Amino acid sequence: MKKPKKYSIFSLVKNALTYHENWQPVWRSPEPKKKYDAIIIGGGGHGLTTAYYLAKNHGINNIAVIEKGWIGGGNTGRNTTIIRSNYLWDQSAGLYEHALKLWEGMSQELNYNVMFSQRGVMNVAHTLHDVRELKRRWHANRLNDIDCEWLSTNEVKKFCPVINTSPKIRYPVLGATLQRRAGTARHDAVAWGYARGADAMGVDIIQNCEVTNINVVNGKVTGIETTKGTIQSNKIGVVAAGHSSVIANMVNIRLPLESRPLQALVSEPVKPIIDTVVMSNTIHAYVSQSDKGELVIGAGTDGYCSYTQRGGFNIVEDTISAVVELFPLFSRMKMLRHWGGIVDICPDASPIVSKTHINGLYFNCGWGTGGFKATPGSGWVFAHTIANDEPHELNAPFTINRFSSGELVDEHGAAAVAH
Amino acid sequence: MFLINCPYCGEREQVEFNCGGEAHIARPKNPPDLSDDQWADYLFMRKNIKGVQFERWNHSSGCRRWFNIVRNTATDEILKIYNMGESPPNINGDDPNTPSGEPNIGSGNISSTFNKK
Repeated sequence: MKKPKKYSIFSLVKNALTYHENWQPVWRSPEPKKKYDAIIIGGGGHGLTTAYYLAKNHGINNIAVIEKGWIGGGNTGRNTTIIRSNYLWDQSAGLYEHALKLWEGMSQELNYNVMFSQRGVMNVAHTLHDVRELKRRWHANRLNDIDCEWLSTNEVKKFCPVINTSPKIRYPVLGATLQRRAGTARHDAVAWGYARGADAMGVDIIQNCEVTNINVVNGKVTGIETTKGTIQSNKIGVVAAGHSSVIANMVNIRLPLESRPLQALVSEPVKPIIDTVVMSNTIHAYVSQSDKGELVIGAGTDGYCSYTQRGGFNIVEDTISAVVELFPLFSRMKMLRHWGGIVDICPDASPIVSKTHINGLYFNCGWGTGGFKATPGSGWVFAHTIANDEPHELNAPFTINRFSSGELVDEHGAAAVAH
Repeated sequence: MFLINCPYCGEREQVEFNCGGEAHIARPKNPPDLSDDQWADYLFMRKNIKGVQFERWNHSSGCRRWFNIVRNTATDEILKIYNMGESPPNINGDDPNTPSGEPNIGSGNISSTFNKK
């Protein structure tokens, strides 16, 4: 197999001289083989990182990633790209902080610029209850060695001058937590970078191929049926995000998930105006500015199950009115695009990265509204789970069995925006 | 975003309603005898179907009464509305063509396979 050329300033200059007509494809598009050592269902960020770390950390290279559309075309390309690790409970802090550390070295490791920008994430408090909750989280983060600070109203204004800190607004800014190592990244680049890295190690990325059934014999998986025929494997990892229940229903596995639309929108591009990420739970909005200059605004989920990738306008209206109250100078900006993604929400707002009662079948789902930030960490621990048939210490608390044992990891507060 | 024909108030926007989740989950008759797995199944596990799903809805900003809806979650099309306590109606022919697939004319559109009577 031809090794992909390393990207560098020299390769850029060389290709510029030939009018950029000789770049090689970033990954192959092979036809599926009859049999693989492992199959990953779902070619989003989490699926691709799982394949990447299976090959890199565990020496399993004979892998297929099966994607019904195109890679990164689902929630990986539909989120608001916020990355942070300021979660409340020890279990989540371990998982998300591990992911954040992987983000910090990702561009170098992949030789692919994911434009990771540690511009800080500010969680704003508007009520006394918010202040108490956020201060509790701030202390919890410090106990877990995660950087976090408390900003008073004046410090919030100093850190982000465009924010409206007037005490006269309906929900005044009473303070905020700030995680400086948090930030944003280019979401598509993450999928493409990991696809390129996995492909270089021999992983077959098979796009436009839908899984129609999972074959189970005597309690063990033997392969999958797809629109491109039967593919055999004794290890199958399902990373299907909003469609996890659809896959689970094929083998009668019961999951505690609800798939709902979560909307986001971007404005017309403007000059740099906000150099951090501002999130607010109470008034329900989060804003950052992309490198192109668009404001990236996240809304809430719609309150019902749906797979339509679009939601109600009332959600958009609520979010925009919240954003305009917090940033009055955005009031006359035009919104360019608006879309929805289908998120798989768990009752405790924590993911499931787990074995199942079927031998060789693993599920990585339930990331709900906040999976993007965990992309590398999720793949890392899920690859470990698949390779060793037992969970990594970081995802051991995130089994399906926690819903029977009662050991839930309630992160509704740290989900930052209540959905 | 869609309209719901409340059996008590008539057609209103969805924003006036709250979805109460999957319908026809019976509360166990013998709570002390249930195992942890059975409790988990009752409390947390959901079908979360892509296609025809039976749901409970409440007209929370209107008459505040509960009723059941049969809705295609792949298109948001409402197929039938019926009262609480009634058994689920028999509705066929509106599932997506493939397990994760989209209806013929694309996500979010009205399906072409189901004929309203």
